[in-house]
Amino acid sequence: MKKIIITAASLLMAATAAQAAEQIQIVGSSTVYPFSSYVAEELGATTKFKTPVVESTGSGGGMKLFCAGAGMDTPDFTNASRRMKAKEFKKCQENGVKEITEIVVGYDGIAIAQSKSAAPLNLTRKELMLAVAAEVPNKAGDGLVANPYHYWNEINAKLPHRKITIYGPPSSSGTRDAFEDMILKHITKHMSVYTSLYKADHKKNKKYKKFHEIRQDGVYVPSGENDNLIVQKLGKDAAALGIFGYSYLEENSDSIAAATVEGVAPAPETVQNGSYKLSRSLYFYIKKSHISKVPGMMEYARLFTSEQMIGDDGACAEIGLIPLPESMRDHYRSQLTKLTNLTADDFKKK
Amino acid sequence: MSDPLKPSSMDTSLKADNRKRRRARADSRFKWYGIIALGLAMAFLTFFFIDIIGKGLPAFQQAEILVHVEYSEAVKSNYNKAVPKKYRKLISRAWLRSIPMMLEGHPDMIGTSENLWVLADYRVDQFLKGHEGHRLKKKYQQLVAQLETDGKVHLAFNTGFFSSGDSKLPENAGILASAIGSVLVLLLTMLFAVPVGVMTAIYLEEFAPDNHFTRLIEVNINNLAAIPSILYGLLGLAIFINFMGVPRSSALAGGLTLALMTLPIIIIATRAALRAVPDSIREAAYGLGASSLQTVWHHVLPLAIPGILTGSIIGLAQAMGETAPLLIVGMMAYIPDAPHSILEATTVLPAQVYTWSAESIRAFEERTAAGIMVLLAVLLSLNAVAVKLRNRSQQTW
Repeated sequence: MKKIIITAASLLMAATAAQAAEQIQIVGSSTVYPFSSYVAEELGATTKFKTPVVESTGSGGGMKLFCAGAGMDTPDFTNASRRMKAKEFKKCQENGVKEITEIVVGYDGIAIAQSKSAAPLNLTRKELMLAVAAEVPNKAGDGLVANPYHYWNEINAKLPHRKITIYGPPSSSGTRDAFEDMILKHITKHMSVYTSLYKADHKKNKKYKKFHEIRQDGVYVPSGENDNLIVQKLGKDAAALGIFGYSYLEENSDSIAAATVEGVAPAPETVQNGSYKLSRSLYFYIKKSHISKVPGMMEYARLFTSEQMIGDDGACAEIGLIPLPESMRDHYRSQLTKLTNLTADDFKKK
Repeated sequence: MSDPLKPSSMDTSLKADNRKRRRARADSRFKWYGIIALGLAMAFLTFFFIDIIGKGLPAFQQAEILVHVEYSEAVKSNYNKAVPKKYRKLISRAWLRSIPMMLEGHPDMIGTSENLWVLADYRVDQFLKGHEGHRLKKKYQQLVAQLETDGKVHLAFNTGFFSSGDSKLPENAGILASAIGSVLVLLLTMLFAVPVGVMTAIYLEEFAPDNHFTRLIEVNINNLAAIPSILYGLLGLAIFINFMGVPRSSALAGGLTLALMTLPIIIIATRAALRAVPDSIREAAYGLGASSLQTVWHHVLPLAIPGILTGSIIGLAQAMGETAPLLIVGMMAYIPDAPHSILEATTVLPAQVYTWSAESIRAFEERTAAGIMVLLAVLLSLNAVAVKLRNRSQQTW
């Protein structure tokens, strides 16, 4: 026993002494994670660089780690499914992360789909929110009640008398997060019916700050990770709607069609020009001070922005990324070559 | 079991008879409750095993395709040119993209060609296994069926599963890196937790005075053994990573965190083992003039070793299957390379199972189940070792 321990200890010591070269560390959004780790693997498999470590911490968690300092134990890249906030940029500056380059790699979108045989449907984000939220404003609009709606025309008289049934992603999925972010949180955080509750009691009513609870009375049906099943269900039930990642709609365009959201149908063009609202840009940020110290950083960034990855027929498009317009791709590639710094002014423009 | 009491000679009335029967009924009812409970537990277990094994077994086989590979000069810049265009979509990119690097290492191979069994794309693999949702396009389905009748595509033992790390391409994903990570982390956990735990237990059991302070420590240790493991993760993050500067995601960070978690279990088991050594042994040693150190080191500890080992192994087995604290210290990440040192980023088996279970591509489902099977096998053998040790050196006083 003693011998084993001693051998093990000395082995470990030897291993520690032979410390390997720095390895790229990437943190951030779980939405960007599949693309980021795909590129990381490609870099590891096709070059001599070590495969970067990609951790899915969420956009906010990633920013926190990224901006914690410039030391070598902090991440070299962070991914985000939203832009860096001015507050986070300031934090970065304070902690010595002065030079940051921002790159957009593509878009992430969700589609509200229905059977091809169903009549065309146009919904607003608010109507969608009212259909799926667990609690909605009452008739007077001064308080919340459990969601009473079962037909679309109860929400808006102009909508058809059609039963509300929505097959959507389960809570474990990234599409669900996107759906909650873009439909529920985005609307409810601007509605005083919800936020006043939060203001009244920050601790007890924390969930009302950005209310995103989905009803559980069978109207919203979480349908597992198997999108094929949702497609089959939509075929059987013409009244039902399904929620997919955008790429899936395209693959099944023979049997399902998209409902328009605020009058716009999802398509690469409408996502790219921002008129289709259920989409968002995906970013990554580079810590410039690490480039000279960690081998492979530029190669990783170049690979990520290459046509082979994020182009129209790139590998990332195959696993669900909506590509940027070509001019934008060129723009960000030149940003990368120049390593343009993110400045405080960039946050003022809005 | 049901040994009816002999009725007393006086008591032959109907009433007493009834009472007896009632008692016998209660007796058999009780027995049946136990059997039902056991049956239920067995049913759950069987269901779990059938489900996991049914899903996981196919993963130990992998589709391969026989293709004619040409190593021309052009392949160095475009690996797709190495194989006939018709087959390109059927072959795993994991293998294709490795060709240029391989040629760089073996320049003499340029200009040659060979027939080779290569890794097939996961869609082909899933199609051959007859899984729904294989997502192989119609025209390729015909091609694969044709190849199958020609004997140019087959399912072979999946060596890649044991010889490669994580991958985003399901056909290329394996458990090697995470298995090595698990071994490293476990080794570190053992190295830290066992000596500290055993010394603590020896002190508390053999030397410490029985006062309020030591009793307080005792209560706390017992309490610590029961708190949710994620708290150890938070503690590990605060102490080892933020304060001591241990690299995030490294085996050292994971090992130390799990050592914290395992400590109470080892302490409790060791104390129980020490307590089981009868006082007569200690008294005999003292009687012969041994010092306290000699008594413990030469007589009590050796007799308690089997118990200590059992406790330690069970504690380590628990650490082996743990994921929650490791999530906090950053080990649940995409880390396909096996670590070369304890400071490098590492993932572990249960974390690997978790990341696979979250993958959207359905082909990962069988890998997840196969990963669980490997993990179960390791845990089972650890527990078997613990039982064996206990049986071999069991002493009755």
